[in-house]
Amino acid sequence: MAEVLIEKLHKSYGPVDVLKDINLTVEDGSFVVLVGPSGCGKSTLLRSVAGLEPISSGNISIGGNNVSNLAPAQREIAMVFQSYALYPHMNVENNMAFGLKFAKTPAEEIEKRVNEAARILQLEPLLKRRPKELSGGQRQRVAIGRAIVRKPKVFLFDEPLSNLDAALRINTRVEIAKLHKLLNATIIYVTHDQVEAMTLADKIVVMNHGRIEQSGKPLDLYYKPANLFVARFIGSPAMNVLPATVSANGKSARVQGHDLPLDSTLPAGAAIQFGFRPEHALFAKSGIPVTVDLVERLGETGYAHCRTSDGQSVLVEIKGDPRLPPGAKAFVVPSDKNIHCFGADGNRLPV
Amino acid sequence: MRKPVSAFIVHGILALYTCLALFPIILVIMNSFKAKRAIFNTPLQPPMPWNFDLIGYSKVFGDGAVGTYYMNSIVVTVGTIFFTLLFGAMAAWALTEYKFRWNTLLAIFLSLGIMVPIRLGSVSIISLISDLNLINTLTALVLVYVAQNLPLAVFILSEFIQQIPKDLREAGRCDGLSEYHIFFYIVLPLLRPAMATVAVFTMIPVWNDLWFPLLLAPTGGKQTITLGVQQFLGQYITDWNAVLAALSTAIVPVLVMYVIFSRQLIRGLTSGAVK
Repeated sequence: MAEVLIEKLHKSYGPVDVLKDINLTVEDGSFVVLVGPSGCGKSTLLRSVAGLEPISSGNISIGGNNVSNLAPAQREIAMVFQSYALYPHMNVENNMAFGLKFAKTPAEEIEKRVNEAARILQLEPLLKRRPKELSGGQRQRVAIGRAIVRKPKVFLFDEPLSNLDAALRINTRVEIAKLHKLLNATIIYVTHDQVEAMTLADKIVVMNHGRIEQSGKPLDLYYKPANLFVARFIGSPAMNVLPATVSANGKSARVQGHDLPLDSTLPAGAAIQFGFRPEHALFAKSGIPVTVDLVERLGETGYAHCRTSDGQSVLVEIKGDPRLPPGAKAFVVPSDKNIHCFGADGNRLPV
Repeated sequence: MRKPVSAFIVHGILALYTCLALFPIILVIMNSFKAKRAIFNTPLQPPMPWNFDLIGYSKVFGDGAVGTYYMNSIVVTVGTIFFTLLFGAMAAWALTEYKFRWNTLLAIFLSLGIMVPIRLGSVSIISLISDLNLINTLTALVLVYVAQNLPLAVFILSEFIQQIPKDLREAGRCDGLSEYHIFFYIVLPLLRPAMATVAVFTMIPVWNDLWFPLLLAPTGGKQTITLGVQQFLGQYITDWNAVLAALSTAIVPVLVMYVIFSRQLIRGLTSGAVK
């Protein structure tokens, strides 16, 4: 296992910059998740680390060796593809052993490693089957097995769960988390699913337009998003963001005609974006005035979809069974501890 | 489900076409087992005990040269298939997988080869082969046939290579395979159905060709079977027994090869690779 260091990485296709000034440290044995919307460059970054995409400038080093210009095989990485990419004309055993055979690994060593991987992933009864005779989850495990037998310094996962159905996805997610503990492996994992990111990661890297917006521990990103993009991207359902003005004394924010106290002092009169999560808001006697559009009940909890007088939507998590008929007038109060303020440039303001 | 009436019409048309296509072949095979007089007097009658005669076959197999002609045909056909598939697949792989400067131009150049009949260049081919001292060799035939069949082979195989998931090649690269290994161990096995198609396309015109054997290898024991049969066709008398018998036996090797290749035409070999 090894540390991965990415410094000043740039990549462009002609005039289009797809990765801009990426600096990232993946600590030895840590699980780093790259997350972001489609086309944000997360897969490109992963493929650059794998060596499948040439980089325009910058450095990538794995375990202290600069691998920027090495072929994928020389980087001692293993990649698990979204489509699994199993060799269809070989059985499970050969799929896992294939790369080792070309690396001139002794036959008994290959057998030992394949059997060990099969044991860990419970693939022993399937070793003689071909990929087309396996289910989606089994193919996924074979793909992971093929990575394990190579004893790579770094595992790279490219959206490995997106082809599985919902129940299997949760199972496999837990399996991957266990595997990470068991192998003590350095893992870089790409996903667009922020639940996967929150549950698996030691460190989440949120990307947008080829840039890293923020990287940090999952809960840090949840409680202290560095900017509006991260605030809206992390957390499900997404954070409510409303325009606000800082009051004359700088100690409160005026949102939709309602004053909400701030912990710190902001410049008086500044136009800010005021954010709070649906799970950190309540209905009360007074607060931000809204009209209820629709209530979704999910059982114990539910979501009230509301609208302010100027048409901004506000989502509030509700518990139990409050009477909120569509069209009802209500007042929403965010909890003091979990409010977020962002300046005109979208960056977080201290509150 | 299709309506029974329209299914009946479709099958009727297909059956009619099958009869039309098989009729001359059956006629040739039938008459090859008959005596000479019966061939001319009752050409449509199947071989009966009173007109049955194997004189044609005994003449064909009695002639030592015919065996050689068979071997020549087989060598030329198999050689052509082998080199067409090998070079065709390699070229198709290079054109689809790698981006280089003259990529598109080269692809257009190769597809031009599909449209221009190679026989237009017969004269220059003869002078080229003669300059190379390859007249009356099987090498000359193989070279010309490979050139003739490569464009279509590259065209068909490129289409199939594009269907091989990109992730598979990249998985190979991550597994530490060289580009040659990826081609021979991943791409070629997955191309088998496509190569069988190309092999069948290539095989039949080459086996049946009379033109180039006549121009490039007409003598010296290097005749192919289609050319070799001509020795039984004289200016004044034609030995129809021998001609029909030789033609009947000439069907056998090409039929065997077709059966071999058509078994490879199994669809869905790539299923299970992805998703």
